[in-house]
Parts: sequence; structure tokens; C-alpha cells
Amino acid sequence: MCLAYMMNYFPEEVLEHVFDFLASHRDRNAVSLVCQSWYRVERFSREKVFIGNCYAIIPERVIARFPRVRSLTLKGKPHFADFNLVPSDWGGFVLPWIEAMARSGVNLEELRLKRMVVSDESLELLARSFPNLRSLVLVSCEGFTTDGLAAIASNCSVTPLGELAIGDADAMVGLILVLAMITPKVALTLFLMELDLQENEVEDCRGQWLSCFPDSCTSLVSLNFACLKGEVNLAALERLVARNHNLRSLRLNHAVPLDALQKILMQAPQLVDLGTGSYVHDPDSDTYNKLKSAVQKCTSIRSLSGFLEDVAPRCLPAIYPICLNLTSLNLSYASLIHSSELIKLIHHCSQLQRLWILDCIGDKGLGVVASTCKELQELRVFPSDIYGVGSAVVTEEGLVAISAGCPKLNSILYFCQQMTNAALITVAKNCPNFIRFRLCTLNPTIPDPVTMQPLDEGFGAIVQSCKGLKRLSLSGLLTDQVFLYIGMYAEQLEMLSVAFAGNSDKGMLYVLNGCKKLKKLEIRDSPFGNVALLADVGKYETMRSLWMSSCEVTLGACKTLAKKMPRLNVEVINENDLIDASSDDRQKVEKMYLYRTLVGPREDAPEFVWTL
Amino acid sequence: MEGYSPQLLDLIPKEREWLVQRNEEERKHGASEENKLELRLGPPGQEEDWTRKNNSTRKINDERSLFSLGYFPNVGQSTTNTNTNTFMIQAQKAQFQLQPTTTPQGLSVMGKESSQSCSTKVADLQNAAEKKMAFSPAPAANTAVPNSSQKRTAPGPVVGWPPIRSFRKNLSGTSSSKPQPESQIVVPNKVSSENPVDSCPKGLFVKINMDGIPIGRKVDLKAYESYDKLASAVDELFRGLLAAQMDSSAGRIQNKRESEKAITGLLDGSGEYTLVYEDNEGDRMLVGDDPWHMFVSTVKRLRVLKSSELSTLRLNSKQEKVPLDADMR
Repeated sequence: MCLAYMMNYFPEEVLEHVFDFLASHRDRNAVSLVCQSWYRVERFSREKVFIGNCYAIIPERVIARFPRVRSLTLKGKPHFADFNLVPSDWGGFVLPWIEAMARSGVNLEELRLKRMVVSDESLELLARSFPNLRSLVLVSCEGFTTDGLAAIASNCSVTPLGELAIGDADAMVGLILVLAMITPKVALTLFLMELDLQENEVEDCRGQWLSCFPDSCTSLVSLNFACLKGEVNLAALERLVARNHNLRSLRLNHAVPLDALQKILMQAPQLVDLGTGSYVHDPDSDTYNKLKSAVQKCTSIRSLSGFLEDVAPRCLPAIYPICLNLTSLNLSYASLIHSSELIKLIHHCSQLQRLWILDCIGDKGLGVVASTCKELQELRVFPSDIYGVGSAVVTEEGLVAISAGCPKLNSILYFCQQMTNAALITVAKNCPNFIRFRLCTLNPTIPDPVTMQPLDEGFGAIVQSCKGLKRLSLSGLLTDQVFLYIGMYAEQLEMLSVAFAGNSDKGMLYVLNGCKKLKKLEIRDSPFGNVALLADVGKYETMRSLWMSSCEVTLGACKTLAKKMPRLNVEVINENDLIDASSDDRQKVEKMYLYRTLVGPREDAPEFVWTL
Repeated sequence: MEGYSPQLLDLIPKEREWLVQRNEEERKHGASEENKLELRLGPPGQEEDWTRKNNSTRKINDERSLFSLGYFPNVGQSTTNTNTNTFMIQAQKAQFQLQPTTTPQGLSVMGKESSQSCSTKVADLQNAAEKKMAFSPAPAANTAVPNSSQKRTAPGPVVGWPPIRSFRKNLSGTSSSKPQPESQIVVPNKVSSENPVDSCPKGLFVKINMDGIPIGRKVDLKAYESYDKLASAVDELFRGLLAAQMDSSAGRIQNKRESEKAITGLLDGSGEYTLVYEDNEGDRMLVGDDPWHMFVSTVKRLRVLKSSELSTLRLNSKQEKVPLDADMR
């Protein structure tokens, strides 16, 4: 008798127990396709639901299928929204989801949102409706103010919250709220980053939100407000830290000076993750000496960031003792640390696994990283001076050095002045383990400066060598050839970002034909048109989404596609009123976003979004 | 592999062998095979030279003059973006058409124009019409393009490039002059200058916030001709809000009119509040030192600060920070 046949005779409880071991939603999706009874058991036992595109389904159907959902992950806007390519009111509202779950009595414990619009009203409803809510994660979200935040904070004392962490914002109102539970008790992590103010932002509240945490709140686990622009009530901050002995992660903003940092560290030697504020003081002062001794007691710190706005290089040695134990270092906001100081710091960081840094470290600095950080897995090098007046940048040399020195490297985001094919080929040979490879040349169509050739061969080598590559971002001068390589070799590729690349429809066709696991394709400013778009319309149902902007696709082709594929939403984003109902089908579409969906056109699309 | 022709782009099975072989050759010979690639870039008339790296010095110098727009470390120019993007894309298209007779002419015209226009302004890649022409596969576009590249003199960075989140663009806190985020939005068919607001003929709206008032306003600086007029406008804008704010913070509901107090002395330091602004270099400055028209051209946003707090605030980010009073607001 075959095993599957036998399995059917198992009681459902046993099946459920077996399915408990399946953590990934992909595995669970696969399991639910086996047969009716497995589908049924799986759907009643699934507690964590992942919705990669909030418009692919409506909340009611999700709740109907997975009535026991406790954790929901939702993603809204397309990735290019991070770079201002998507109008801010395009969509991605979480309110309908919260309302639906509240109505249905879902026992929501965890909500994770990415690129969604979260209004204050949503937050308030969330806080009121789910007594067991312990985790709220918002990544690159927008739409709410610190008023909403204060409301949640105030509710914290009433509802048993876990960790509440808000971090990693984007320019508009980016707030990440991460709420996860560490202990069964009320443990609060506040991780707040709000970087830019919209016109009607409630500024005044920013200093006061700290005071919204009642004195009885003694279970703060993480507090991060590194990118908040405003002033902070330092006394309230110090008191908060002093009474929260479970504090593990603390990231301050620029308004917290070094002397306050020193006092805070004295109260929190148990910290695991520290982000300094501004970091400037007289190194010959008493305060600085106190800081040094406070730091030495912080033996648990594994993650360091900060050094915002003002940095006094002579004060950096105080943190060298921490560097020895660091596994994660984020200096990507520390634009005022000179590369020589960065290098001195890096020399102490031999345990680093993750490094985010600015390109002012230079190729030489990356060489030091390569020789020091042998455990490095992820590297991100951000541009410090994108308007091009400085000379401190990185080139292909830095990348090659890293690839040679860091055998465990699997994820890279690299902004550089230039890149050569030879370098990329070398990197590919040195590091066959890349899962994520994102290269960004500051000039989007720069060729290999040595040979003046396109970078096709270099990227070709990367995809050929890195058999596990899941995410790839291209830049530099690229022809259809690179897409040929990608289609041929990038078998595990799930996400591809293309800008200013290719010559003809064939480029896009190579990718669509070749990359069987492709989930997200985003293309801008490339000469791909109708032929590529329409060649294999069925492909798009195997993908989550396709974004094409400033390409050669016409309105007529989009209409054709929409007509052929009723289970796709083909949205034309029409910001400048260039297209309307009377437009000629031959007119080119500036921005098109299509995605598979089970529920047809969305009802909340703004005027400038036209679902064909 | 000079005989290698458009089969390059035929579908995969045929390619595979060639590519495998090619890759092996590459590994043996390094990058020399790359010279035999179909697509070439560079000035016309030098196509033969492309395959010979021996002439590299002269060739590279020539190339550099064409592409010498700030993206190579040796070049000291401080131009930011270039329209080499356009040039390269067009060059690619031209080469790919395999029309050596027509392309040299087309490219050489373009080449000159490129270097001219590059030296002054930055290409506006978002200009829809020109860009589409660049991508047009029709060979005729080669000759048409040089004309359009003349028009492509509008400066301005590309929207969303480099692909970083906006907050990273503002990071370097020094006073190096850099455009504010708003200027990155390149409006098609407009010539954008360093101060994008100037290009709008209708008005010069800047944000204005006041200490103690959570909601900001906007003022149209073009509506005022002098600092005094601006100051009185500020008074009008915020007087009511300030009174309301004080009422609500005092916990009483009062008739607004009764408790409204004029906001005076904004410019001379005599009042409870002082007017400051943020200029195009990111520095905070006192309003009133420059001639009005100069002020209008450099102001980015305004702020009404409590005069008592002026001395404790950093007006220039480079100065060592004065320890702030712990009890802010």
C-alpha cells in the first residue's frame, strides 16, 4: 500500500500534528493541494497567513478559508514605491482587513504589514479589537501620525502587548512597528523611525509620545526612534530606561547627546542592540570617561548603529570594546564619519555577519572589511553623495576585495561609481553562494569603463555561478544579452529589478521564458513593448506581479492583456492625465502594474489608477 | 567572431553551445573575447580600433572625452548625471542596426552635441518624447535623434535613481549644496533649475511651522515684496492657531477672539518669536539679512521659533552641539 493511501486513514488530528511542522506557507500551500481532506485539515490548522499582495484576495475570503488565523502578513504597494515611482495614494489600505477581522472575531495576535497605508483609525481599531494582539510590524508604511502611536502606547497598559517596535522608515511617513512577544508578560518594544514630515504632520507630539508610556510600564524590551527628526524629552527617556530592566534594544535619535547616552548606558548594561544618537563631546572630559566605563560594562551588545549627524572622531575609541562582539553593524546613517575612522573601527569588528555602510568607506576600507570580517554574510554599501560632487566612492575593486575575503557572503547591495565585467566574473567565482545580488551603478547605463562593453558578461557570470540566486537587481549598460543569460541560468530567481537595460522585446522574453520561479518582475525605462508583454500571457498568473514604467508598452496591448486574462488586474497609473478613455490605443503607457488576483478589480483605486 | 551576426538574439538552444564555448574561451583569454561582442560603443570611424586593445590609450582618451561626465574616477568634473545615457542607448541602437554607413554620421553628430550639452546641463531622461525616440527601433531614428538630443538639455536627476529611499538622500548633514528631495521630481517638458520652485510661475510656496503649533501652513512668498509684509502675514496665519493651541493646552474652551494676541517682533528679535528659515544648503538662517529677492531665491522653508530658544539651538549643523536643556517643550 502506498503511503499516501495510508495517510488518508489517519485521523485528522494526526494530520494536523504533522502539518504543524510545516512552517513555511509555501509548504502549507503545497500540502493543501494534495486532496480534499488535506485541504480541509490544513485550512483549519493554519495560523499564520501570508498574503504577498493585499489585492490578490479580499479579507473575507481569507478569514473564511483560514478561520483560525492568528498571524497575518500583508504587503501592499509595489517595490518601486520606495523610490517615489508610485503615487502615494495608489492604495494598499489596511483598514478593510482590520475591520473584517474585527467583525469576524478573529483572534489576531500578530499583524505584519509592508508598504501599506495605515491610518490612525486603523491603529485605534486594531488596539481595541484584538485583546491578544502582541505583535505589530509595519515596514515602510505610511498614513498615520504619532497621535495614532500615542493611542497605541496608551492602550499598552490595558492590553497585553508584547514587543512594539517601529523602525526602518521611508521618506514619507515610514514607521515600522514591530511587535513581538518575548515573555508572556507585557513586554514592550518601541522602535520608532519617522524621517520626514508631511505637511500636516503633528510635530509637537513627537516629544511627548515618550511620556505616553505610563510609569507602570516596566517591561520595555526595545526602544528605537533613530530616525525621528524631533527633539526628545531626555529626562523622560532616562527615566524610562531606568525602570525597564528588560530593555534589550535601544536606538536613539540625533537629539540625544553623548552625555545622555552615557547616563542611559549606565542604566542599561544588559543591552543587546544599541544605536547612538549624535556622538560628539570633548574626549578629555569626565563625561567621556564615564562613557568609556559604561560601555565596558555593556558586554552583551551584538548590534550597533547610529552616529547620526554629529560625530567627534576622537570619541569613537570608546566603543571599540563593543566592536569585538558585534555581529551586526549599521553605519549607513553616519555620513560624518570619515573613512579613516571607519577603517579604524572596522579593525575591531572581526565577528561581523552583517554590515551596512556608506560608500565613503572607499575601496580601501572595503579591503579592510574583507581582511577583518571573515564571518560576513550580508553587506550593504549605500551612496553617501549621490549628487556626485565628492570623490569618496567605491568601485569594482571594493566588491572584488570583499568577495575574495568573505567566503560566507550571500547577500549584497552595492552602490558604486562603476563596475567592470572582469570584476563581476571574479566575484562570481569567489562567491557562488549569493542569494541576493543587487548592484546599482550611480550612472544607470555606465559601461565597463575599461573595455567600454556592456556589463552583460559580468552579470551573466553571476547568474551562472550563483545557482541559488533568488533576487537580482541590475544596472549599468546592459543589452538583451544579459537577459539571455538570466533566462538560461537563473533558475531559482524570484525577483528581478531592471532599469535602463536591454534593446528589444527579446530581452524581456528571455526572462519570461527562462525563469520558471519568477515571482516579481519590475522594469523601468527599458525598451520592452507589446510583443514581450503579450507573448506568454499565462506566465503572469504564475507570478505575483509585474511592474513596467517608461517602457514601450501601449494602452492597446494592456487592454488586450486584460481581456485575455480575467484573473489579472492590469492597472494603468495615470498621474499626469496622459491617458483617458478617449486615448488612442497606440499611446504608450507610462506606468503599468499588473498582478494576479482572485477577486477582480479593486474598489479602492483612486482616480488616476485605471484597471483595464 | 566577426562573422557573428544577429543570430546572437535567436532563441536559446542554438545559443547554448556558443555560449558555453565562449565562456570557456573567455576564461582562457580573459576579457579579450568581449571585444568581439556584437554591440559596440564609441565614436564612429573607430570601430576597427575597438577590437584592438593596443590602441587603448588613444581610444580611451577619446572615449573618455565622450563619456567624461563625472562617472570615471580620473575625471575631475563635478557634473552629476549626464546624458551619456541617451548617447549610449542611442549608440547601442545604432550599432545594433548594423548599418555602418549611416551610423558614423549619425553618431558623430550626436557625439559633438553630447559633449556640448553634457558639459553644461544634465539630461532629462524623463522627457517622454525624446526617450521614446531613443528607444525606437526604426533606423530612421538614428538621424532623427541628433535633433532631439539638442532639445535634451534640461537638467535634473532621474526620478527614483539611484534607487534609495528618500531619507538616505538627505543624510550627509554637511553644508554641501545639494538639491532638496523635491527637486528630484523631474517634471516633463519643464526646464528645472537648481531651485525647482522658481520654475513655477504661479507662486513660491514654502512651508512654515511655528513652535508649539502642531500643524504647519504654507505661504506664497511671491505674494509679498518685503520682509515686513511677510512678517505680518505670519502673524495673521498663526495668531488664531496659537491662541487655540494655548486654549487647548490650558484645558479651557475660550472664545478665540478674546485671547488672540498679535505676533510681533519677528524680524528684530524683540518679540516672543523670531522668524528663521532653512536655505538651499540646509542651513538655518535668521530672516532679514539678505535682500528680499536673494532670500526668496534661497529659502526652502520657514520656521517661527521662540526667541528664548534661539541661543540654544544649533543654527549650523557643523558646529559642536551645545547641550540642550533636557526639558524640551
